[in-house]
Amino acid sequence: MAKTLFDKVWDKHVVDTIHDGPQIIYIDKHLIHEVTSPQAFNELSERNIPVFRPQQIVATADHNTPTVDQHLPVKDALSRNQLKQLTENCNTNNIELYGLGHEYNGIVHVIGPELGITQPGMTIVCGDSHTSTHGAFGTIAFGIGTSQVAQVFASQCLLMNKPKKLRVNVNGKLRKGVLPKDVILYIIAKLGTNSGTGYFCEYAGNVFEEMSMEGRMTVCNMSIEMGARGGMIAPDETTFEYVKGKKFAPKDAEFDKKVAYWKTLKTDEDAVFDLEYSFEAEDIEPMITYGTNPGMGIKISEAIPSYNDASFEKSLAYMNFQKGEKLLNKPINYVFIGSCTNSRIEDFRVAASYIQGKQKAPNVNAWLVPGSQQVAKKIKEEGLDEIFTAAGFKLRQPGCSACLAMNDDKIPEGEYCVSTSNRNFEGRQGQGARTILASPLIAASTAVAGKIINVLEESSTLELV
Amino acid sequence: MEKFERLISTAVPLPTENIDTDQIIPARFLKATDKKGFGDNVFKDWRYHKDGSINTDFVLNNSRYSGSVLVAGNNFGCGSSREHAAWALAGYGFKVIISSFFADIFKGNALNNGILPIQVSEDYLQTLLKLITEDPDTNVDIDLQNQVLQIVGKTVVEKFEIDSYKKVCLLNGYDDIDYLLSNKDKIIAYEQEHQF
Repeated sequence: MAKTLFDKVWDKHVVDTIHDGPQIIYIDKHLIHEVTSPQAFNELSERNIPVFRPQQIVATADHNTPTVDQHLPVKDALSRNQLKQLTENCNTNNIELYGLGHEYNGIVHVIGPELGITQPGMTIVCGDSHTSTHGAFGTIAFGIGTSQVAQVFASQCLLMNKPKKLRVNVNGKLRKGVLPKDVILYIIAKLGTNSGTGYFCEYAGNVFEEMSMEGRMTVCNMSIEMGARGGMIAPDETTFEYVKGKKFAPKDAEFDKKVAYWKTLKTDEDAVFDLEYSFEAEDIEPMITYGTNPGMGIKISEAIPSYNDASFEKSLAYMNFQKGEKLLNKPINYVFIGSCTNSRIEDFRVAASYIQGKQKAPNVNAWLVPGSQQVAKKIKEEGLDEIFTAAGFKLRQPGCSACLAMNDDKIPEGEYCVSTSNRNFEGRQGQGARTILASPLIAASTAVAGKIINVLEESSTLELV
Repeated sequence: MEKFERLISTAVPLPTENIDTDQIIPARFLKATDKKGFGDNVFKDWRYHKDGSINTDFVLNNSRYSGSVLVAGNNFGCGSSREHAAWALAGYGFKVIISSFFADIFKGNALNNGILPIQVSEDYLQTLLKLITEDPDTNVDIDLQNQVLQIVGKTVVEKFEIDSYKKVCLLNGYDDIDYLLSNKDKIIAYEQEHQF
């Protein structure tokens, strides 16, 4: 029978099927961090259950870590305790930890791919909904709750019902200045935040085929924002080239053997999806959000729609926006470039190429937070930090930072933040903070202009991206 | 895990749609290393103003409404995978959440913590919201064994779906770890066959 990419990877990981119930699915890699793992470790130790396959687990500290002075003890006592527990739990259970200060430390969904931990055809889980990021490699990767973290610790497996299959096709030629972030924000704005619930999504079409791995990660990262547990893109030469030579990637003959297998991970031509959508690349423009969920997005030049709906109105009231209002020229005091969605080297290259020769607007506080130590290192090697410094920007140290504001990187109440992160929920970036999601290019242009501008109207920009 | 068989309770109406887990439990409360105490902070930023004063407009601060059933708008529990949201709702005393749609991860987290998420049609949800809003003494009767939901005093019975495996778990208080560990042999055999 014809199979989809998802079927091929899923079916290979089925250990057993319960009659009239879920399946036991084998998990190849389990990524953990300080926030969603402690209760799972406690659960195991209370029940006297050992961690079954510690060598298949990799840990990092990212969610509540500071992004300045990482060499000093963490000031917040609760955060410090959580980090200490992670270290102790990893030591006790022989789990590899890339903690604060380690050369491989960074956001869990940035380090997995850049270290070659993430490989095509795998199953990867993490107690974090943006685990969908790793689907960019043609892996089945999804976020899990802490009870499930404990289950994977105990058995390296999960009990799952096979999700339904969804395909989103985007074909055509993207306009200059339209980035992967705009593509996924456009898809979510079209389909809504719960359209993908119960599904695993495959992104197909020449737009994704022509995208870099980092762009594909940005797209897959936000699959959960339309409700899909995960998103996938079929691995191809771009994927193999990216994985090749990475620290934990297979080497030499083993790599060639893997590639031969990875090449089979494509949806068969006559495979059937439960649901399918198609969009044209030419219709996509730089996107921004105006509301309190990622589906509330518009093209940057458009006006906020007018719906008579209590939840919609509650959302606009929180944002202090009016129906029919345009966001162009809206003054903005905070800009955040970072998060597991957009904190990789290409994101900083885009930002730097726009910023070069310009100055940050005096009203703007801009937080530039690399996704990992490796990204921070590349920023320096490529001289991007000099461009940022000359323009009045300061780079911070890696971590999740203002994406969820668990550390001190909080946007003040009532302030707008143009953010490259993934969620514009109420209070997500700090109590009362108002988030506008956008691409790194829009974030950079906002930081320079001090307000939201349409970069497509600036001819000089289009040369750069 | 606590068993769940049947519950008769008044219910709290919260018609807002797309309630994400950041609202259920804001990220700044995720620094604990155990599961206790999250109930105090459930819907924190909707229950309290930033200065700490009580938001009297929010339903959990309205003494007319109480009970261990929460009736919420479409797409409840979207966003972050944080199981702290389920711990917070359970900690506050909710045992059943009724909505017309649940986000995947939240639904699983709820079931893994003995909370029963019941999906009903949008029409039924609106009827139920109207009834409990107008008469806070309305009791809802939830019978997991027979998978039925009934408003006490009304004849209409609403059937609901639940995964048969999860139903057995809830009725008996079992969790997935027990089941997975009982399959260790199969898991090891799988590993040997599919050399990782």
